[in-house]
Amino acid sequence: MKIKLIKNGAIVFPDKKQPLKGDIYLEGDKIKRIDLESDRGKKAKGKATFKKDEVIDATGMLVLPGLIDMHVHLREPGREDCETIATGTMAAAAGGFTAVACMPNTLPPLDNQESVLFVKQRASGCKARVYPIGAVSRGRAGKELADIGEMVKTGAVAITDDGSPVSDAGMMRRALEYAGMFGICVISHAEDMSLSGKGIMNEGYESTRLGMHGIPPFSEEVCIARDLLLCKYIGTPVHIAHVSTKGAVELIRQAKADGVNVTAEVTPHHFTLTDAEIGKGFNTNLKMNPPLRTQEDVEAIIDGLKDGTIDCIASDHAPHAPEDKEVEFDQAPNGIIGLETSLGLVATHLVKPGHLSWNQVAAKMAANPARILRTVGGDLRAGAVADITIVNPKANWTVKVDKFLSKSRNSPYDGWKLQGKVRWTILGGEVSYEG
Amino acid sequence: MTFKRRHLLGLEDLNADELMNILETSKVFREVLDRPIKKVAPLRGLTVANLFFEPSTRTRVSFELAEKRLSADTVTFTAATSSVKKGETLKDTVRNLEAMKIDMVVIRHGSSGAPYFLTRFCSSSVINAGDGQHEHPTQGLLDMYTMWMKYQRIKGLRVVLMGDAKHSRVIRSNIWGLTKLGASVAVCGPPTLLPVGLEKLGVEVYTDVDKALDGADVVNVMRIQLERQQAGLLPSLREYTSLFGITRERLKRLNKNYTIMHPGPINRGIEMSDEIADCGESVILEQVTNGVAVRMAVLYLLAGGEGRKSDED
Ligand SMILES: [Zn+2]
Ligand SMILES: [Zn+2]
Repeated sequence: MKIKLIKNGAIVFPDKKQPLKGDIYLEGDKIKRIDLESDRGKKAKGKATFKKDEVIDATGMLVLPGLIDMHVHLREPGREDCETIATGTMAAAAGGFTAVACMPNTLPPLDNQESVLFVKQRASGCKARVYPIGAVSRGRAGKELADIGEMVKTGAVAITDDGSPVSDAGMMRRALEYAGMFGICVISHAEDMSLSGKGIMNEGYESTRLGMHGIPPFSEEVCIARDLLLCKYIGTPVHIAHVSTKGAVELIRQAKADGVNVTAEVTPHHFTLTDAEIGKGFNTNLKMNPPLRTQEDVEAIIDGLKDGTIDCIASDHAPHAPEDKEVEFDQAPNGIIGLETSLGLVATHLVKPGHLSWNQVAAKMAANPARILRTVGGDLRAGAVADITIVNPKANWTVKVDKFLSKSRNSPYDGWKLQGKVRWTILGGEVSYEG
Repeated sequence: MTFKRRHLLGLEDLNADELMNILETSKVFREVLDRPIKKVAPLRGLTVANLFFEPSTRTRVSFELAEKRLSADTVTFTAATSSVKKGETLKDTVRNLEAMKIDMVVIRHGSSGAPYFLTRFCSSSVINAGDGQHEHPTQGLLDMYTMWMKYQRIKGLRVVLMGDAKHSRVIRSNIWGLTKLGASVAVCGPPTLLPVGLEKLGVEVYTDVDKALDGADVVNVMRIQLERQQAGLLPSLREYTSLFGITRERLKRLNKNYTIMHPGPINRGIEMSDEIADCGESVILEQVTNGVAVRMAVLYLLAGGEGRKSDED
């Protein structure tokens, strides 16, 4: 059943200062008209000529453009035991996302037209739009360019070798030059592997105390500095994935001030957790790359979100089977799932303390990802696609990983109490999730 | 004396009273070792599993002897390669052993935190016999016991830990134990083997041996893993010896009545010469003997100490 009216909600436009009361009329899979209370004065509200289940009463709710997670790992093809495109998009819908961009580090990797087409086909009829991101290099091996043009033609929205950096600077240069022809951005997993070495957590007091090999913050920063220089010279937009250090935020802030065509994202785990948690039980759900950093880095990331240095919040949703994570810390794979906790963590740890307004959240979780990837959605206006996320900002809930729709359970947030919960997710005018 | 803990995972977790409790108890067992019949009964009926995922003959034999002298039943499991490579996880291995009804697990493992990981699904007492580059609490305790016996105090001693602080689990256990009992601790080694923020652990950090040794009572020299050179952390072992090796000349900087320690096995001619390893100030063999007593004390206390005996009666 298509929704025709969302009434009485507080509409969160990404480019406004605060939410505005009003009704949103939908037609088919598009937004038909937005009727703001301020525009119509105290006139009678819409003549209700709709059926009951065509109308959502959003009284007390926030109505956001459908959220877009521009960094998820869906594991299909190759590790369907951890996640599939179907389960990943169900988790996305439950987390308030109407679209996700999936990373190419599958088995085999998305480095050619056929594999991108495979993802597109698998995604049709799923609970969220799926935008494949192609690999920079064939086999993600960092040696020769992947079939970028053909992948873009088939629907790839950006390129990256995420999971690994493009270690060779010459290779990164060629990727930028070539991607520039299609107007897509290159997403950088910024890491200097020679500095990361055998590292398994942030290098610092905690790694010293625990006797773990450390990944120094400058492993990330050295690579970002390189990519910013290349970006400045070549002009193709670079998007820095999962920024985790204070120094990285500062580099990006400076580059933006210098007019470099760069954007950046952070993950919820990098602004809600620090490396100090690891020693409390060596929980492998705290092992990720880039690693959890220090409180000082967390604060810098929040500052970067506030002042616009950081454009997006993305989950880096990385599902892993329990048997892969239930091992010694150094042997566990990196990454945690995030689709179903992102919005709650943002609401509780960024909005509630006053770091971000809901309008800024709409920008960082919908409008900016859409702009960077040049996809539909991300805004609420007449004629736009009817991808909408309705949030109850007052709802208190407890994270229960057992209830997740994702196939995997590797979340460090089990048991966390959060405020702010997705009530309805609407994809192309249809309810894809109701909470 | 009662001991409230079920596991010994590291010395960072213990407070000064608990540390002293272990040292005092070790004294009792050290006397047992000098008797003609070196066997007592407090662990009778208990089964201890020694899981050694890393080769370490010294530590393994020391634990096995300690267990036998306390009349425990023991099984020892050594895996030359990591069990994960053979397809069985650490979790599986330990659950299988537990199904055979064991009471205590002694674990040596190459991953930092592996003993903590065990406590999440293991109902036995877990004793860390060395995990990754993290801790080696019984080695730390035997080093402290040896100093305590010689000086009758730990407080106020100045101890220099020489060598590879980045990869040495022994150094961390020494740091936590000694600083908690009031010693002043210095660490000295090449910068490539000093982890960042080491000073935040409450120690002084030196790269100049002569300055580090100035006015010290004890120098505890750590083993240098020869592969550190291959890993690019040292230019050459010869250079390491010339910059950080313990020589007669350098020992002049120590206080009178100084002590030389080494957790073994020594790379003779690299960390120190034969002459120094075997000199009168060296307590290296005493450390080995004390190791058995300290491990007896730890096993005894974790098994319930006096409390266990009265349960039986
Ligand atoms: Zn990445
Ligand atoms: Zn990723």
